Amino acid sequence: MSNVFSDTFAWLADPLHWTGAAGIPARLGEHLQYTGLVMLIAVAIAVPVGLYVGHTGRGRVAVVALAGALRALPTLGLLTLFVLLAGIGLMPPIWALVILTVPPLLAGTYAGISSVDRNVVDAARAMGMTELQVLFRAELPNALTVMFGGFRTGVLQVIATVSVVAYINLGGLGRYLFDGLVLSDFPQMLGGSLLIAALAIAVDLVLSLFQKLFLATGASGQSRRSQQAAADLTDPVLTEAVVQGGKS
Amino acid sequence: MEWFLANIGMVLERSGQHLVLALVPMVLGLAISLPLAQLARQSRALRSVVLTASSLLYTIPSLALFIILPTILGTRILDPLNVVVALTIYAVALLVRAALDAFDSVSEDVGQAAVAMGYKPLARFLRVDLPLSLPVMFAGLRVVSVSNISLVSVAALLGIGNLGMLFTSGLQRGFITEIVVGIIAILVLALLMDALLVLLERLLTPWERAGKIRPGLVPAAEGDRA
Repeated sequence: MSNVFSDTFAWLADPLHWTGAAGIPARLGEHLQYTGLVMLIAVAIAVPVGLYVGHTGRGRVAVVALAGALRALPTLGLLTLFVLLAGIGLMPPIWALVILTVPPLLAGTYAGISSVDRNVVDAARAMGMTELQVLFRAELPNALTVMFGGFRTGVLQVIATVSVVAYINLGGLGRYLFDGLVLSDFPQMLGGSLLIAALAIAVDLVLSLFQKLFLATGASGQSRRSQQAAADLTDPVLTEAVVQGGKS
Repeated sequence: MEWFLANIGMVLERSGQHLVLALVPMVLGLAISLPLAQLARQSRALRSVVLTASSLLYTIPSLALFIILPTILGTRILDPLNVVVALTIYAVALLVRAALDAFDSVSEDVGQAAVAMGYKPLARFLRVDLPLSLPVMFAGLRVVSVSNISLVSVAALLGIGNLGMLFTSGLQRGFITEIVVGIIAILVLALLMDALLVLLERLLTPWERAGKIRPGLVPAAEGDRA
């Protein structure tokens, strides 16, 4: 047992594993690159749609149903399906990941906007703001905390799922798991797993720090209340999905 | 369709394995998180420790956890026990939070009334707090059920038997039908389990429905929870 630990430690400490295209920094870079690309596309799709649905209330039912249904969709199934349909390469798995990431972001944005106190919205309107001003100056600033919760969930889900992407011949830290599996090289698998777990925890910490510093200004009770409002407004399963998010 | 009919035995067997790997952790998770949530309610510090620890564990990606656990448990990498333990950890992380919310959702007045009527602490918990917290608890269980059923398939990457194997073998053979059958089978399992949980909740909380029928309204408010 202690053998596995020391072997894994030796694998992690080996300077050979820290250089070159298959080295840990390069794999980490790929992992973050894929994650960034997926988040960029997913945010570009989900946030505008979520803002529209949250502001107008149109398509609410569709968003709730979509977020619920896609939660049940198995990541691995979608990945393999896209590869067979569109071929090996960077973009098929990226699109599969985008499909999995849009629902929590969409639900988070929608829940954020609809959790804003109606009195605030009415007051903004009474002050003579146009609909766009109401959305961007009253609703959006108040919705940011809940929206960021959805974003955080999405990022973690993508980091986890990108590990699976290595199975279809892409890079990222997941490579170590599958290369290790083929070679029955358990220290490499365990080393890779520990790196992935550490990356997920580190990113979550950075995001929560960001949230504390820039979003929950002054009143942490505020965010609690708006989450509660979101809970009152929407399906409990959806709210849970927004707060806890998908899982890979 | 032909392929599905020809291989229905295999699909059913994989579905069975899949269901066991998803449901056992859910039941274990529930059994662990109820007392844990009760414990966490004792103090603010305890509550924040439990919540922080559970969200930290929940952050670890499943594939990584499937590989880390054998070292800790001393199991082989192919042992389904790894999957059961990993998913139980995730289930506890979700359900502890749900249970805390659920117990918080029970009005303190009701609890006080129960005490005034002579309920001892255990009886009050079992016959007042627990039943009244069921709606919120079930919302948590439904999330865990869907999430587990989807997560189990990842274990197929390591060679642990379940419906996810239809994805790995479909990819290797370049056979789309097999993958589509796998996806549909998993969606069907998730839907069936969700329907079963909704039904169970209705049976266990008859007062919820009674409360919905308001005087003057046609008693047609059923079915709006589904």
